[in-house]
Amino acid sequence: MDTALAVHRLHFAFTIAFHYIFPQLTMGLALLIVVLKTMALKTGDARYNESARFWGKIFGINFAMGVVTGIPMEFQFGTNWAAFSKAAGGVIGQTLAMEGVFSFFLESSFLGLFLLGEKKLGPKLHWLAAFLVFLGSWMSGFFIIATDAWMQHPTGYVLGPHGEILLSSICQLLFNPWIFWQYLHNMTGAVVTAGFVMAGLGSFYLLAKKHEEYGRVFLRLGVVCGLAATILMVFPTGDGQGKMVARYQPVTLSAMEGLFETANGAPLALIGQPDMEKLALDNPIVIPKALSFLTYQRWQAEVKGLRDFPRDTWPDNIPLLYFCYHIMVGLGTAFAAVMGLAGFMLWRGRLFTNRTLLWTLMLSTPFPYIATLAGWTVAEVGRQPWLIYGLMRTAQGVSPRVSSGNGLFSLLGFMGLYLLLGVLFLFMIWREVEHGPGHPLTEPQPSAPAAATIGAAQ
Amino acid sequence: MPEVWFCLVAISIAGYVVLDGFDLGAGFVSLFIARGEEERRQILAAIGPFWDGNEVWLLAAGGTLYFAFPSLYASAFSGFYLALMIVLWLLILRGIAIEFRGHIDDPLWRPFWDTVFGVSSALLSLLFGVALGNVVRGVPIDAEGYFFLPLWTDFQPGGNAGAIDWYTVLIGLASLVALSIHGCLWIAYKTAGRLQARSRQIAGLGWWALAGLTLLISMVSFTVQPHLLNQVESNLWGGIFPILALGGLAFMKWQVHRRADKYAFLASCLYLIGMLTSVTFGVFPYVLPSNIKPDFSLTVHNAAAGQNGLEIGLWWWIPGMLLAVGYSTFMYRRFAGKVEPAA
Repeated sequence: MDTALAVHRLHFAFTIAFHYIFPQLTMGLALLIVVLKTMALKTGDARYNESARFWGKIFGINFAMGVVTGIPMEFQFGTNWAAFSKAAGGVIGQTLAMEGVFSFFLESSFLGLFLLGEKKLGPKLHWLAAFLVFLGSWMSGFFIIATDAWMQHPTGYVLGPHGEILLSSICQLLFNPWIFWQYLHNMTGAVVTAGFVMAGLGSFYLLAKKHEEYGRVFLRLGVVCGLAATILMVFPTGDGQGKMVARYQPVTLSAMEGLFETANGAPLALIGQPDMEKLALDNPIVIPKALSFLTYQRWQAEVKGLRDFPRDTWPDNIPLLYFCYHIMVGLGTAFAAVMGLAGFMLWRGRLFTNRTLLWTLMLSTPFPYIATLAGWTVAEVGRQPWLIYGLMRTAQGVSPRVSSGNGLFSLLGFMGLYLLLGVLFLFMIWREVEHGPGHPLTEPQPSAPAAATIGAAQ
Repeated sequence: MPEVWFCLVAISIAGYVVLDGFDLGAGFVSLFIARGEEERRQILAAIGPFWDGNEVWLLAAGGTLYFAFPSLYASAFSGFYLALMIVLWLLILRGIAIEFRGHIDDPLWRPFWDTVFGVSSALLSLLFGVALGNVVRGVPIDAEGYFFLPLWTDFQPGGNAGAIDWYTVLIGLASLVALSIHGCLWIAYKTAGRLQARSRQIAGLGWWALAGLTLLISMVSFTVQPHLLNQVESNLWGGIFPILALGGLAFMKWQVHRRADKYAFLASCLYLIGMLTSVTFGVFPYVLPSNIKPDFSLTVHNAAAGQNGLEIGLWWWIPGMLLAVGYSTFMYRRFAGKVEPAA
């Protein structure tokens, strides 16, 4: 691979991986905050409102990080992927602009009101502000998934006389069959993250014997929502997404599964390392015929192996794809087990005293982030060597005049800056966690315009 | 149809400059007009609920540019690569400074973020002007429609120019002064007492610098980009845009003198819109002129997306933006009136 291409790919991969840490939580948390606000309205229990306020602060910090790391994403299509933008901007520019017009204005307006305007708005309007923030963030997710789905499975376009890609149908762009499962799978993943984070913090409070009454609220909500989302993440959304890959990107499916040989009744590999010289898995542990069944619901169905696909259509980093896929699926299964057990114990009324389970939940907190990063790597590395599947190769999409040296300059700049942001972020979150819900942090909330800055108010 | 989108993109950019312009300007002037924590807090409170929404205009303008003029987006963003990366880092630092400053009340924490906020605001105001200067001067677009600009070369605005030369820096300075005054007028409108008095004073003094710079850049621009003269000669009606700017400038002076802060701020908006529309009119039908060969320039026609996409875009863009203007109006109303001093 030539150096400039490698640098531009790493540039995008690094900045998007760091960026997505934040929306991954805020999209899920937005839903959980709406649930908390609803329970506060229904029961009148002050703890729910106080919990919503606390998670609102965590949300605010994550949202700010998401905004500042999100702006470079939109710019990078032009700066680093100019040839791609020139060819496809008339199509994917539509969905990206829709995100700005329909989601960002909504979110930025109502988040301010949600965080600062509780007294001014009263309980019902404050609930509405929370709901609109949730709506904005889920719409934002939709437009991004629609953009990615078009790159995975382009629809609604025609080719112009000079090879430019022209939009022919906005409906086919917005109702691309790829969107449906990918969107649901991604959004349930966000709720799984929020569920694990909330349950993890609740466990921490119980184990540390701090803010215990809130710890129990967080655990209950985190486990109930997390369990529901984990189940939906595995089935039907994960299953549906896999079938979508099998149908439209069969070579990607074989690479994910590490299937080199075509087989009737293909096995499902659980363990094994792809050896790209011998074109086989080392020390494989497989479930016979399971891949055929999971993909086609027939034990004897034929699944094509990598060897039977032209080599220039293979994803260019099959081991990475294979490992990320197995990490995602392995963690997803573990989440279902942990949440299932936690849900059962919650139902039996023994969760709050089971230290082993509380420790497990607390230590599980980072894993949804790892699973999600692995999952997105599967989606994006799996699409290779295409930038737009079947239409444009990744190597054709980079900015033709931006050299590898200039690309490296900004990549290193982003790495340094994001290291700083990451440390600051952890520090700010740690302060909120230490402080906990239930009391104002430094000074009492001044009235509205004076309290205007999100930070100054706290 | 491309002309319609040219106007819509211009409107979004004007919206961005007028709105984010005041919080950028306020950020820069906060470095020297705010005395003490209480006054700094008032400045932040005056822009706090709005800055994030204002910055969304940048994203909306960028997204609109992306799908309406994909070739321009691709060429300009990759060509100004280095300058844009610096803009991105400044936007990140500035956003973090505003959001994180207030979380901790500490004698080291707050001054640090205040400085980051002020300096990044100043550099952004300067760089946005530099960008505008580059659009007027032209960039070395080649036959394939691409270019790459180093940050600077010999600081001369000739065919070999980098992003920064004496001409673009001059436009940058004008932008910094204009946005500082814009910010001062917003602070004057939203606050009271000594801070308000100082803002008015700075705006009044700055006005003379702005008037001088406006005159200077107008004259210099005609020599740097001869196309401007052709354009004005063949379309005299376009004189309305510079007149708008000059009218705004004159009206600003009068209202600052009268201490009518709201009208002075609106006059400043008018000035900024007048200057921007003068530039867009002046370079039309180019959207990014080539300083190697005029034929290589990107125009409103050769940079536009397909007809069908542009037509479809109108159906959602206009209602969507009306909705956005609705939310913004709601926000500005909710947080109307003077910032309250600390109890």
